[in-house]
Amino acid sequence: MKKQSYFLAALLGLSIQIATAQVKKGSVLIKNATVITATKGTLENSDLLVQDGIIKQIGKNLNAPSGVQTIDATGKFLMPGIIDAHSHVGLDVVNEATAPITSEVRMKDMVNPFEVGIYRALAGGVTVSHAMHGSANVIGGQNATLKHRWGSIDPQDIIMQDAPRTIKFALGENPTRVHGRGAGIQPRSRMGVEAVIRNGFNEALQYKKAWADYNAKASGKGNTTVAPEYDERLQTLVDILDGKIIIHCHSYRADEIYMLINVAKDFNITKLVFQHTNEGFKVAPEIAKYTMGASVFADWWAYKMEVYYSTAFNAAILTANGAITSINSDDAELIRHLYHEAAKTQRYGGMTDDQAIALITINPAKQLGIDDKVGSLEVGKQADMVIFDNHPLSVYAVPLMTFVDGVKYFDIKENADDQRLKISATEMVEPIFLSGEAHRCMQDTEFLFETTESLFNQKH
Amino acid sequence: MKRLNKTFFAFLLAFLPFMAMAQIDGEFVKPRTGKFLLKNATVVTVTKGTLNNTSVLIENGKILEIGTSIAEAGTEVIDCTGLFIYPGMIDSGTRLGMVEVSSVAETVDYADLGSFTPNMQALTTVNPNSEAIPVTRVSGVTTVLTVPTGGLFPGTAALINLNGYTPDQMYAGFKAVVMNFPSSARRGRFDRRSDEDIKKDNEKALKEANDLWENAVSYNQMKKNGAELNYYPEMDQLSKVVSRELPLLIEVNAASDIQNAIKWVEGKNARVIFAGVAEGWRVADEIAKSGIPVLTGPVQELPTRQSDRYDIPYANAGKMAKAGVKLAIRTNEEENVRNLPFHAGFAAAYGLGKEEALKAVTINAAEIFGLADQLGSVEVGKVANLIVSTGDPFETRTQIMHVFISGYRIPLSNRHIRLYQEFLERSPGLNAN
Repeated sequence: MKKQSYFLAALLGLSIQIATAQVKKGSVLIKNATVITATKGTLENSDLLVQDGIIKQIGKNLNAPSGVQTIDATGKFLMPGIIDAHSHVGLDVVNEATAPITSEVRMKDMVNPFEVGIYRALAGGVTVSHAMHGSANVIGGQNATLKHRWGSIDPQDIIMQDAPRTIKFALGENPTRVHGRGAGIQPRSRMGVEAVIRNGFNEALQYKKAWADYNAKASGKGNTTVAPEYDERLQTLVDILDGKIIIHCHSYRADEIYMLINVAKDFNITKLVFQHTNEGFKVAPEIAKYTMGASVFADWWAYKMEVYYSTAFNAAILTANGAITSINSDDAELIRHLYHEAAKTQRYGGMTDDQAIALITINPAKQLGIDDKVGSLEVGKQADMVIFDNHPLSVYAVPLMTFVDGVKYFDIKENADDQRLKISATEMVEPIFLSGEAHRCMQDTEFLFETTESLFNQKH
Repeated sequence: MKRLNKTFFAFLLAFLPFMAMAQIDGEFVKPRTGKFLLKNATVVTVTKGTLNNTSVLIENGKILEIGTSIAEAGTEVIDCTGLFIYPGMIDSGTRLGMVEVSSVAETVDYADLGSFTPNMQALTTVNPNSEAIPVTRVSGVTTVLTVPTGGLFPGTAALINLNGYTPDQMYAGFKAVVMNFPSSARRGRFDRRSDEDIKKDNEKALKEANDLWENAVSYNQMKKNGAELNYYPEMDQLSKVVSRELPLLIEVNAASDIQNAIKWVEGKNARVIFAGVAEGWRVADEIAKSGIPVLTGPVQELPTRQSDRYDIPYANAGKMAKAGVKLAIRTNEEENVRNLPFHAGFAAAYGLGKEEALKAVTINAAEIFGLADQLGSVEVGKVANLIVSTGDPFETRTQIMHVFISGYRIPLSNRHIRLYQEFLERSPGLNAN
């Protein structure tokens, strides 16, 4: 009896803990920084006050309310936390490569808050990443938007719960290799890729109609109609058609980008972002008019056939044409210096500081549907921010501190070298990896190929 | 009739060149040589300080004169007022020219079959017309070491200048036999061998290396004695390392492997250079003590161990230099060798310092390759590998205004730039047909 009551008390305590558990929110005053707002220019020698995770004031001579820590940032640069619109950091599994359409799977079930890559991204000033399904399937899984609250052990605490739903699509070589060449099913060509998408959406429309018909009848008196079978895969496609999910589509060639724009037009889809988009510059006017833009690499090319005809001036051309453009990493190494990747658009295309900063802040925020919450330093927004010793677009810039919701998670002076939160109990000798850790776009498709090594030596 | 035909054909033949020209728009800008006077620049010589308002005269592929009052007569003057002259940058480890599209096996020529193939020549396989070469050189990288990969002794690396129509025209005067030192590290996430298997593989490879070396020593001795030897091109190539005709470039990265490699080369009397050396910071003093020079990189890379500090790959070069290691920087890249200045910039920011980082992509590399009299600085008599920039070539926003390689003025164009020119203001645009 006594034992039982202890147990019950413990259970009660635990449930209260779960109910009240919420992410940390911080308060801080940053003084005398060069404040790069990303949307409203750059403010010299300015202060920024954060209370309970929200930016409360930006201006001069601000005073810290009692109990709020002050950080002197004289001579330093404060910018919004960097947002990576394409990442696989913090995911245990990347691809469900078993069918050309797997819209039912969710990356939020696969989030691994222990991955040290999250800390390394923070140390590069990245506060939000779009943890995406891989590019094996034409219509892949639903992605998770992460906030890098390093140290949280509950996956829920690093998921940005107020971000809208997004889903991964993929065109070109990867889905045709995995399904056509690997499994002998459509798509084997870019024709097949278009067919898979159109067939999927048409099936989803039929499914939607079946439910609408049933619901209309079900309200009738004495109705005995049997409900259609619930299908998560099709329901997700219906949600895309209903504008509830933003498509983020892995794509490279101009022809396939143009194809998907036409498919989207036919199905009245407007929430569409292209990922990688190496040949986006060729159809920049179309991307600008009909989509939420493109998220691109600064300079990656020639690692596979479909990126052979690329240009490092891609972001500059897209921006000049009015397309919302962001620079992403898709890579556990590149995510550590997106500020530098954005700066490359100044060498390749002469973009201004404001334009280059927007590529890694407000623009990716727009593409993820979170620009009302993060992506710039404005009063009322969530206090995700990073302090640099130099202008962040300089090759010599070093991130010094990174904040999420006003809480400091990275400080170059304070943090220990070894940041692992968890060490495998069976590990006797810590493994040394010389390569192959960074590129994960095609992870979990190795069972389809004999030479996994060559697959992994390949990027994306 | 027959005569008419002849006249007609003669007429046609005479006009053929004009007809062909009529069908071609625009003019192709070729690299061209000449007597160039780069006038009134800030010259960063690397070895002899920085010279203000100074001009550099180039002729016959060499730097002829550096001064403040060089005669203009007979020269093509290039006004460099407000600009900077640097030596062309050297990337000390790439696969440039040996691969066109990484995922297309038919275009990948940097690795052959077998573990003992030191006779595979990087220089032979370099494609002088690879699209990646003009993409690279406009960034200010004028010279690269191009390195075969694969087995234990995968081939012979070669230093090339990034201009020329044949590999021989590109050859910059340095070759080295490559060795991948038996590794205790994992090749990547896919490498699921047990710790024990890794150890076994390591010991087996080390034994193979020792056996091969012993044979090479014997082979060299017999060659010296004038013995008639069977055709054995692999062993013949390795024996050139024994005889010190060629250096040995040892790719080695994990700390314990570096220590083993230092021990392994002891007493072998070979001209040894280490490459990679990702965990060099762990054993920096030992490397310094060995006196072995290092070609390190990539700098923009992940730490080798989960427990390592996040910025250790950026800081590695600085830590080794501080310990007294002689080093140059490499990208280990193929299509993106153009990022060499950024790798150097990161190393500079994380401890190496700007001056040492500049040396690591210029004069240090030249010295390690035994070419300090030809490359790596702006000095009279050296090969005219020069870049003219708007500022610090490591700084991302800096524009490279002119590139000279072996005295050739290089057109600042490549496919990336041509696509920019064509598509920036596409016509037809959105609606016009």
